[in-house]
Amino acid sequence: MFEALSDLVVYRWIGLSPDNHFGAALHFFVMDVTKIFVMLILIIYLMGLLRAYLSPERIRTYIQNRPDWQARGMAVTLGAVTPFCSCSSVPLFIGFVEAGIPLGVTYSFLIASPMINEVAAVILVGILGWKLALLYVGAGLMVAWFGGIIMQWFKPERWVEDYVWKIHMGETPTLERDDSLKGRHSYAAAEVKEIVGRIWKWVLIGIGVGALFHGFVPEAWVTEHLAGGNWFDVPTAVLLGIPLYSNATGIIPVAEAMLTKGVAIGTTLALMMSVAALSLPEMLILRKVVKWQALAIFAGVLAIAFIIVGWGFNAMNIPAL
Amino acid sequence: MKNIKILGTGCKACDTTANLFRIAAEQAGVEIELEKVTDIAEIMGYGVMSTPGVIIDGEVVHAGGLPGPDQIRQWISE
Repeated sequence: MFEALSDLVVYRWIGLSPDNHFGAALHFFVMDVTKIFVMLILIIYLMGLLRAYLSPERIRTYIQNRPDWQARGMAVTLGAVTPFCSCSSVPLFIGFVEAGIPLGVTYSFLIASPMINEVAAVILVGILGWKLALLYVGAGLMVAWFGGIIMQWFKPERWVEDYVWKIHMGETPTLERDDSLKGRHSYAAAEVKEIVGRIWKWVLIGIGVGALFHGFVPEAWVTEHLAGGNWFDVPTAVLLGIPLYSNATGIIPVAEAMLTKGVAIGTTLALMMSVAALSLPEMLILRKVVKWQALAIFAGVLAIAFIIVGWGFNAMNIPAL
Repeated sequence: MKNIKILGTGCKACDTTANLFRIAAEQAGVEIELEKVTDIAEIMGYGVMSTPGVIIDGEVVHAGGLPGPDQIRQWISE
């Protein structure tokens, strides 16, 4: 449907040819803008209608006072199903610490949360198919699980800023909410406005980059250089992803363009994870609660984990699409 | 006069919430005392982890996400 629409607009109305670089790029852009934004709005609205979003306050109570493996399992799962704005990381971190949740578990949550969310997962299925979506989500959950455990080995308590330990959290208020259909609708509409308003830029930039890659990077060059033959592709992709930041949804069109041109799966997934989960702005926000040593180790653990994931998938030689 | 506190560490939604209150109060012709709380310790002291939070006369009425304009009007006129 979206492809037909894009055919109509770019090839018929504007009159560009699919063989033209610019035509191919524009076709990709129009198709992905319509497809991704329609999906984004629909999914967020439906989730809002079902009130499937969990507040950090509730997540905190769920994870609190559980044996380590259970707490971690919940942290990883809940981190994956909730799309938090990175601006909530600080209160979340403090709230978890205050509730006595182990730091390793908190780190597992902080890894899973930006990397995986249910909206991005559905869009992944829509754009890249089931197989890629499962690989990405599965690998992301593993990285979050083990990343948190490894963080714990370093005893990260010593790097938490002193003031964090002193904060006492008040009793979490129970807020009543309007559960009528009208109330749910206005909540869902507000969620769409809020989340799309926050991430549209990343998505648009991602589609733009994907479109340029699709239109202008020759397939022969990709096959020769990025098809998985070089061991340094994955580390390069991960390093490249550190200064770059995008939201988990925004990186999907870039991955789409890379995969259709023949970039190896492991390299692509490593770049996606690095861009979504390892970011400078997120680190600067976390710097308010932990010292830079903890951040350096956090970034190092994640970078190594993404490299292992990338090499692993490249070695398995899974056909992309 | 109602005392309204907007809890938030400086995110955009927090500023927007404060503005929504200001506008709604003006339209309703109600005088309110509007305060922004940016200190994280104080915010957490109210038991709020997701911002923006809204406190009216010492009671938490909202946490996380933008409150709807209808709801704000209702809070102000109550």
